[in-house]
Amino acid sequence: MSRDDVNVVWLGSPTFPKAAHDALQDTQLRRNLKHATTTIRDKRLKAVAELDDWETLREAGSQIKDRVMRHLDEYLLQLEASVTAAGGVVHWAQDAREANAIVSKLVRAKGATEVVKIKSMATQEIGLNEALEDDGIEATETDLAELIVQLNDDRPSHILVPAIHRNRTEIRDIFKREMGKHGIAAPEDLTDEPRALAEAARVHLREKFLRAKVAISGANFACADTGTVGVVESEGNGRMCLTLPETLITVMGLEKVLPSFSDLEVFLQLLPRSSTAERMNPYTSLWTGVTPGDGPQEFHLILLDNGRTKTLADVEGRSALHCIRCSACLNVCPVYERTGGRSYGSVYPGPIGAVLTPQLVGVGTSEHADSLPFASTLCGACYDACPVRIDIPEMLVHLRAKVVDSHRGGVPKPEALAMKGAQVVFGSPRRLAMAERLGAMAGRFVGIRGGRWLPGPARKWTGARDVPVPARESFRTWWRKAGRR
Amino acid sequence: MSGSKDAILARIRSALGDVPRGEQSEDVEVTRAYVDSHATGDVVDLFVERVEDYRATVTRVGESDAPAAIARILGEHGVENLVVPPGLPEELLAAYQGSRLSDDPPLTPAELDASDGVITLAAQGIALTGTIVLDAGPGQGRRALSLVPDLHLCVVRASQVAADVPLAVRTLVPARPTTFISGPSATSDIELDRVEGVHGPRTLAVVLISG
Ligand code: SF4
Repeated sequence: MSRDDVNVVWLGSPTFPKAAHDALQDTQLRRNLKHATTTIRDKRLKAVAELDDWETLREAGSQIKDRVMRHLDEYLLQLEASVTAAGGVVHWAQDAREANAIVSKLVRAKGATEVVKIKSMATQEIGLNEALEDDGIEATETDLAELIVQLNDDRPSHILVPAIHRNRTEIRDIFKREMGKHGIAAPEDLTDEPRALAEAARVHLREKFLRAKVAISGANFACADTGTVGVVESEGNGRMCLTLPETLITVMGLEKVLPSFSDLEVFLQLLPRSSTAERMNPYTSLWTGVTPGDGPQEFHLILLDNGRTKTLADVEGRSALHCIRCSACLNVCPVYERTGGRSYGSVYPGPIGAVLTPQLVGVGTSEHADSLPFASTLCGACYDACPVRIDIPEMLVHLRAKVVDSHRGGVPKPEALAMKGAQVVFGSPRRLAMAERLGAMAGRFVGIRGGRWLPGPARKWTGARDVPVPARESFRTWWRKAGRR
Repeated sequence: MSGSKDAILARIRSALGDVPRGEQSEDVEVTRAYVDSHATGDVVDLFVERVEDYRATVTRVGESDAPAAIARILGEHGVENLVVPPGLPEELLAAYQGSRLSDDPPLTPAELDASDGVITLAAQGIALTGTIVLDAGPGQGRRALSLVPDLHLCVVRASQVAADVPLAVRTLVPARPTTFISGPSATSDIELDRVEGVHGPRTLAVVLISG
């Protein structure tokens, strides 16, 4: 494993079972998570139920992504041509080190020593902030939750609400202690009212927005045919970054390209409802290259591989690249609800993290990443929630087999990993067995799904767990009851 | 670095060994069986209801009452220093008494920050999602104008309201910088409590001109 690959998983992360064990002791975290996931989950169901063609939208979303992945080279070349024609500059980065170096060079060329940033999974994945810091450039996260996390030198716990593990009093203390060190200090009499805290962030960041020369963003999509790039957000910090500075640098995973501008009609319906459970998020920005007299006059788009082509090569794991980072799968996941995002030790937590992380770093290269596919009961809730219909349970089974194969004759024992992965979350083998059995009843249990059996040593394990199968609802019913305990 | 571009493209091509050589991208089926619009009933009524759902205000007026309504809303919010983008129809501000900030030559971010508010037209509205679409056309100004001031008064004509997202997307001009605005800026990052107005305008006031 190269040094750069390590950025996807946090250095020194314990395996999932160990981290989950610690997380489970944290009752504050569990309370916050439960509140967050339950709230968003219920809201999402309502937002989705409003569209009676939701299933056809999911189908279209999944097919569009499938088309992109099967012809990724063609679409990326087309995107490069469109962005260039519109006045932007396209860069290609094979790994984190290369992407960071490109960003750093561009920032220094502008003579800037500070940049403002919009929350972006891709830049977290490559450890951009740390790399810039090494080069004497201070990167300020401008998303409220990311700011909280950054000021506290902490790690995010959720894709959508990264600071969900902190309550208002903790946030006030962080603001009072840290803001002054980085710019405008929080007011002396700052209360822990969310409104007051948001106001403190507004004042602290506005000064930075107004003077920033360079901004860095991720991208939710980029349309190959027109070169249009899109960012979906709520707070307006994205618009500030995308509009005010002279130079904009966007770091985008290769997989975010869409064939056509018109495909936005699908994703602008799927994403907000799945993500924040709104009909539409407050702000969506679309820009195409450079517009004279409006917004940044210099635009750089960095196309990032960093393990994505590795993921693409695995036909059964490929669709993990379809992910639009909505976080719906986190909010419905019984394992995530109990352990939180940080237990996954990866930029990508929850069910999608459990399949994406080991693929990005490569199965068999990190004991930590290898433990993630076992962090699941295979209940299937993530698949039902996913707006682009990624069959995460099936992919977990596939990856478990790959992990087993890669450890053939070595340690750790896959069975041990498997049992620990989810068992620790549920506290007793009996409750795990129940969760798995009921999950199996949904027809997605390890060994029997689609008539396929796990190869190698895992086969014995799955065979032993073959059980009769009732309806999916029973797992949900059980889970709701179990959750109340 | 063209070396990296070639390396990445080569890796993609070798990763896609399972894709038949002759397959074209259009050969991968995309079934667009979804509907163009989920809206039922009166589209303009729906737009009003949905914008108000985001706790933005909507004032419905006839053409001749628009200037008075605009002046009243600006007055209620204490706007005395209003940013006015190029191309905004003069008659809309006929009743407004305060001073104006013209964006020609372009205002600095600090000048925008010191203003009390901005008035813009819109490119279109989307009823189902209560969205306003700006595309920097005449009377809308560049993107920063509707972002930095604390109040955004947006004038939308009933005839501009599209029923739903697919219909709206099909009329967008990709080359224009486009912003979808659905209610005021908001965050739920602190214990999931919704707070309006983080970085964008804290007040979004829509004046809907019917007829
Ligand atoms: S896997 Fe699906 S549900 Fe999970 S974050 Fe990605 S798109 Fe959303």
